[in-house]
Amino acid sequence: MSKDIRIKKGLDIKLVGEAEQSTVELSIGGVYVIKPDNFHGIIPKIVAKVGTEVKAGDTLFYSKSDERILFPSPVSGKIEEIVRGERRKVLEIRILANATQEQTDFGKKEASKMSSEEVKSYLLSSGCWPFVKQRPYDVVANPNQAPKAIFVSGYGSAPLAADYDYALRGKEAELQAAVAALGKLTEGSVHVSISENATISPFADLKGIELHRLYGPHPIGNVSTQIGQINPINKGEVVWVVSPQDLVVIGELFLTGKFNAKRTLALTGSQFSKPTYVTAYPGAAIKNIVTDNLNAENTRIISGNVLSGTQVSLEGSLGYYDNQITAIPEGNDYELFGWTKPVFNKVSPSRALTFSWLNPKKKYNLTTNTNGEHRGFVVTGSYEEVFPLDMYPMQLLKAFLYKDLDEMEALGAYEVAPEDFALTEFICVSKQPHQQIIREGLDLMIEEIG
Amino acid sequence: MSLKNKLHTLKEKYKGTKMAPAFNAIHTFLYLPNETTHGGTHIKAADDLKRTMNIVIMALVPCLLFGMFNAGFQHHAAVNGFTEGMSFFSSEFWNLENFLIGAAKILPLVIISYGIGLGVEFLFAIIKGHEVEEGYLVTGMLVPLIVPIDIPLWMLSVAVIFGVVIGKEVFGGTGMNILNPALTIRAFLFFAYPTWMSGDKVWVTGAVEKTGAVDAISGETILGSLAQGKEMVYSTWDMFFGFVPGSVGETSTLLILVGALFLIFTKIGSGKIMLSAALGALAMGLIFNGVVDQGWIEESSKFYSLMSTPFWHHLLIGGFAFGAVYMATDPVTASQTNKGKWIYGFLIGFLSIMIRVFNPAYPEGVMLAILLMNVFAPTIDHYVVQGNVKRRKNRLKVKTA
Repeated sequence: MSKDIRIKKGLDIKLVGEAEQSTVELSIGGVYVIKPDNFHGIIPKIVAKVGTEVKAGDTLFYSKSDERILFPSPVSGKIEEIVRGERRKVLEIRILANATQEQTDFGKKEASKMSSEEVKSYLLSSGCWPFVKQRPYDVVANPNQAPKAIFVSGYGSAPLAADYDYALRGKEAELQAAVAALGKLTEGSVHVSISENATISPFADLKGIELHRLYGPHPIGNVSTQIGQINPINKGEVVWVVSPQDLVVIGELFLTGKFNAKRTLALTGSQFSKPTYVTAYPGAAIKNIVTDNLNAENTRIISGNVLSGTQVSLEGSLGYYDNQITAIPEGNDYELFGWTKPVFNKVSPSRALTFSWLNPKKKYNLTTNTNGEHRGFVVTGSYEEVFPLDMYPMQLLKAFLYKDLDEMEALGAYEVAPEDFALTEFICVSKQPHQQIIREGLDLMIEEIG
Repeated sequence: MSLKNKLHTLKEKYKGTKMAPAFNAIHTFLYLPNETTHGGTHIKAADDLKRTMNIVIMALVPCLLFGMFNAGFQHHAAVNGFTEGMSFFSSEFWNLENFLIGAAKILPLVIISYGIGLGVEFLFAIIKGHEVEEGYLVTGMLVPLIVPIDIPLWMLSVAVIFGVVIGKEVFGGTGMNILNPALTIRAFLFFAYPTWMSGDKVWVTGAVEKTGAVDAISGETILGSLAQGKEMVYSTWDMFFGFVPGSVGETSTLLILVGALFLIFTKIGSGKIMLSAALGALAMGLIFNGVVDQGWIEESSKFYSLMSTPFWHHLLIGGFAFGAVYMATDPVTASQTNKGKWIYGFLIGFLSIMIRVFNPAYPEGVMLAILLMNVFAPTIDHYVVQGNVKRRKNRLKVKTA
């Protein structure tokens, strides 16, 4: 049975630079960089050795807390360097990709004929486990727990997000194989949600899932919003979350026995001369992906979307989970009387001489300027306007700040991920770092409560 | 080199020094800083605290200007007699002479309020090494509007220092205070100099100097005369337009209403609090009117004349409207949850009128009502938030049962 999800609270931030629906195939060459930091909370135990050859799917490192969780190389090539930082912390594993790709064969499987344990160990041994993330805490799932349900959001509602209906077109077989496998991992259902406007969604005809239609503004596409509406997390419960492009990788593994992390990536934002889709592997060098499409002068390059993505340099690499690169102008210039003059070219949730409410359809070219300095929490009642979860965002943030674990728990800390506080952070007049506050609080909870 | 670049060089020079907050405070008034986002969202909405505070100040300016004209007008009215039934745009009110009398009195109040208050803020910012926060911009504007016009400047200075230090800085500055700083200043004045603040001389400029003289003039507010059981001498329209004596900016209900609509439209002020405060005041007013109708109270009672005031007149007289719109809505000291705001506002209105009626010595109830509810706002929020917490716990119980 499907259930529609409707929210009113939220905010669609419309930016210029939406990707055109055409895909450029990029060649695979160059250096690939895997950063253990992309997997939050994982302490890596390195298996890879400098100078050795690896195939796509071969293990680079495993998790110190659970050695079954393997982290694979996305490409085949030679391990060029392992970069370490302070206290020998591993920062990067750099792999020089071969021109011809070889993939380790894990053997074709059919999920319907496997037990739950078999599916789990197959995903673990093939390096697909890191694609499965869990709530609470928004980290790589703990394979020892049993999730009460598994959620896949088939709609990216964040600004300029990649359109899954386009990016995953023709991948129905892989998606079907993957959801069949996920269905084995939970007693509950596999919930998949698609946009109200989706007409050709690759998810629409999948079997063995509960399909939901999404109505409303961002953050409707965030999994937390959907979990909160369908089956909220209670204390002691766990749900798992997989993103659609990772579902394809899992599906392909079952169908072919090979680990192929190739994904369709959206290049978005005003600094791209031609925003479009390209194919790439996680860890790919940014400069190889953007090539000559980018105006790199005074530009912020973001692996991910403008709200929750990570800042990367041209020399940097694509994040392991990201399916989007955004480039917007840096806002590192002063603006005369910018604090008081009427504003027409920026987005604002208020009408305080800001006029974005006049024209809700207009697309903006926003910069990275903070539009003001960091202050204490003052204004109340505005976060609630863009926060659809049934909790008190400001009170929760404050509880996270003063680290009262009981209060954090009582106010709903198990149900949130940092990305859920991206919109409140965006509109915050005090310019508080909400996502960072939430991330640090969740880390504290992992440490203290587990 | 342009001004922008020069200032940028200076900013870099002061970076990390004790003077940095003071310099930045002035610099950021000229230029929106060149700061870019790091770590969190890569884009930010256009609003910052300066803009938010500025909107409140803009909503206060009409009250301030009206206060200047009214000061002169009241002076002349007290000397030459009051003109009944003026229209709002009457030239008898809006003339340069009135304005100059008022401006000469009120501008020093504004300057003292901002000068002393911001001075204290800068001092604390430098000592504690944080940026100068914008909270005082609004407080500094509110203070001259809620004091009697003839208040001595030294008295105001002492009160401002007390209000900013004890009302705000000891709690950690903007955003951390429990009591509304402007009302703390007003309350300090009221309790430290009661003979001055509750007399009938300070509300009309010139009344103090002429005390005892042959041509002595009275400067009584409506509430003051009602509390003494005198007849109401002003018409409803006079009260609504604000052609009556009172604190500098509180008299014109019309302009306060305009300010309220502006604040609600810009989504800066909480309409919930304003509306529920009005409802609370009307409810209490109706109760008192009912008591009078039942004949439970004698005409000789000292509460009679305020109790029998038609319930909706309470919204027009005294500082109620001003308090409900500009002071009760201070987001830091008000209830912070949406449900809590309804309760908080209602109780402010309710208590304002109750204090007004039962405290004839000082019939302005709204100040004490807001301060009292400031103290209880966290309690209201606590119970509202507990509702959410309980719902979450019940969800778990249903599940395990």
